[in-house]
Amino acid sequence: MTDATVLDVSQDTRKSGRFLYVASVVFLCAWVIVPIYLLLINTLSSPEAVNSFPKSFIPEFDFGSLQFFAGFAGMLTALKNSVIVALMTMVMSIAIGAPAGYALSRFDFRGKELFRLLILLARAFPLPLLALPLAVMFIQTGLDDTAFGLALVHTTLAIPFAVLITFSLFSGIPIELEEAAWTLGCTRLTAFTKVVLPLILPGITASAIFAFVISWNEVFAAAVLTIENRTLTAFLLQNLDTSPLHLKFAGGFILVVPALIFIFAVRKYLFAMWGIANR
Amino acid sequence: MAEIQIKNVAKSFGAYQALNNINLTIADQEFMVLLGASGCGKSTLLRIIAGLETATSGEVWIGGKRIDHLSPKDRGIAMVFQNYAVFPHLTVFENIGFGLRMQKRPNDEVKRRVERVAGLMHIEMLLKRYSGELSGGQRQRVAVARALAMEPDVILMDEPLSNLDALLRMEMRAELKGVLAESKTTAIYVTHDQVEAMSMADRISVMHQGNIVQAASPIEVYRNPSARFVASFIGNPPMNFLPATPAGAGKWQVAGQTLDGPKADKPGLHFAIRPEDMQQAESGLVATAKIVEPLGAHLLVTCQIDEALFRVILDSDTVVKPGQTLTLAPQADRVRWFDPDTTLAVA
Repeated sequence: MTDATVLDVSQDTRKSGRFLYVASVVFLCAWVIVPIYLLLINTLSSPEAVNSFPKSFIPEFDFGSLQFFAGFAGMLTALKNSVIVALMTMVMSIAIGAPAGYALSRFDFRGKELFRLLILLARAFPLPLLALPLAVMFIQTGLDDTAFGLALVHTTLAIPFAVLITFSLFSGIPIELEEAAWTLGCTRLTAFTKVVLPLILPGITASAIFAFVISWNEVFAAAVLTIENRTLTAFLLQNLDTSPLHLKFAGGFILVVPALIFIFAVRKYLFAMWGIANR
Repeated sequence: MAEIQIKNVAKSFGAYQALNNINLTIADQEFMVLLGASGCGKSTLLRIIAGLETATSGEVWIGGKRIDHLSPKDRGIAMVFQNYAVFPHLTVFENIGFGLRMQKRPNDEVKRRVERVAGLMHIEMLLKRYSGELSGGQRQRVAVARALAMEPDVILMDEPLSNLDALLRMEMRAELKGVLAESKTTAIYVTHDQVEAMSMADRISVMHQGNIVQAASPIEVYRNPSARFVASFIGNPPMNFLPATPAGAGKWQVAGQTLDGPKADKPGLHFAIRPEDMQQAESGLVATAKIVEPLGAHLLVTCQIDEALFRVILDSDTVVKPGQTLTLAPQADRVRWFDPDTTLAVA
C-alpha cells in the first residue's frame, strides 16, 4: 500500500518534470522562431498588407516590400558597406586569431592561462565605454568614417572567438602528425601548410564565417564611427523612426537571414569552441 | 654507413633530470632496442636523436656527422610513432610517398618506391584508401612503409607495436624484424616490452631513471645482467635473489647451504638465479611450495626459502602440491652474485 503511494508520487514528479521540460523546450523555440516567422511573413507581403489589419499568418510571396527596400536611397550602398566591413573583419580576425590559437595549443609559455583569460575579457569590456575615445582617436588618425576603421573595431570583437575556435581546432590535431611531417622533410611552415591546414580548413572557414556574422550584426560601433559610409545596421537604425513599416521588416529580414544561415552552417564548430564534443 | 654516436647527452625538464650523461654507440645496420619502464627516459633519448627534442647538453653524431643542431628533416632519419601518425587527409599512397614528394622526386620514382615498400609491408591493396578506413594494424603498416620509403640512414621507432592487440603484435614483431634486416638500415626501437626487445634486438640498452644500465646482446642481458635492476627487470618471472653471507675464501652461505662464489671481501652478497636454472635434487636449497601454476609448457612453482619468495620453473610432468618441501639445486654456471650496496654484479 505504502509502496504503491511512493511509486505514484515518484511517477507524478517524473510526469510533471517531463511536462516542465517539454514546456520549456516549446517556449524557448517559440521565443526564437515566432519573431523570425512574423518577420518573414511581413517581408514577403506587399506594403499594403503589412500596414493593414488583421494579419495573415501565411506569407503571400509578394516582393513589393523587398523591391521598395532595394530602391530606397542609400540602402544598397549601406548593404555594400556592410559586406565590405564584414569581409575585412573576417580576413583580419583569422589572420590574427589563428596564429594565436596555434600558439595557445602548441606552445607552453609564461602567462598562458592569463592570456586566455584576457582574450575573453576583451569581450567583457562594454563598447559604449570605448566609443568616445575611439571616435576621437579615429578622427585624429583619419580612420573615422572608413570601412577599414570600422573593420578594426569589429576585428577586436571577433578575435576572442577566432582564437578560441582555432585553439580547439589545433588542439584536436595530434602533435605527432606535425612531428611525423618534420621527420619526413617538412619545416615547421611546410608541415603546417601540408598537414595541419588541410585538416583544419573547414573549421577555419567556420571561424571566418562567425567573424563575418559578428561584424554583420554589429550596430553600436558602426553608428558611432561612420557617417557617410554607414553599414546596413547603422543605416537602418538612423532611419528607424522615419521609415515606413514594410521597410523596417524588409531591412530586419535582410539582416537576420544571412546571420541565421551562417550560424546554422557552422554550429558544430561553435560547440567545439566551448569544449563540447559534438562531432 | 650510419653509425650513431651519442656523447654525454643529458636532458632536464626544469628541475627534473630526464637523462643523465648518456653515452652510446650504435653500429651501422645494428638493431638497437631501448628498453625500460615508462618514465625511464627512453623516448626522450629517441626524440633527441630524431631532433624533436633538444638535449640540454651533449652531442649526437650520425655517420660521422654531428647532427644535434640540425632540424629533423636534415638528419637522414625516419620515424615511426606509437599512434601511427598517418595523415588523415591523404590516401595511403600519398602518405607513403609524402617524404618523397617533399624531396621533389619525379612521379615515376615516387610510384616505384611507394609500390615497393607497400609490397614489403603487404598493403598494396590499400593504396587508394584513407586512414579512417584502415584498422590499427594496417595503419601501423602504413607508418612503417612511409618510413621505409624514405630509405633513411636510420629508422627510429617509438613503441610502434604497443597499440596493437597481442596476437597482431607477435605477428608484426617477426615481420618487422625481417623487413628491417633486409632494408639494411640502422634501427633504434623503443619499447617497454621485454619480449619484443629480446626477440628483435641485436643489442638491448636497458634504461632506468635516465641512465643506461646495460647495453649488450639480448642473451648477455638475460644471462649476465650487470646490475640487480636488469636482473629483476628482464625475464618473466624475474631472477630470484637470496642473501648470502661469507663462509671462507670463495665460499658463501645461502639459506643454510654453502656454495662456491666470488672471492670478494664483502660482508654479504646477493645470490641470484633464474627460475628455470633450478632442478630438484638430493641436496640443495630447501624450499616450501606455496603456489603451483601449471602453464602447459612448464610448471611455475612459487615457494618460500627462509623468508623470501622464490620462483622455480619445473618440467610440466612434475607433481608438486602446495605445502610440499622441495630440495632445489642451482645449476652452478648460471648462479650470479650482486653487491647489495652498489647493486652491481660481482664476478
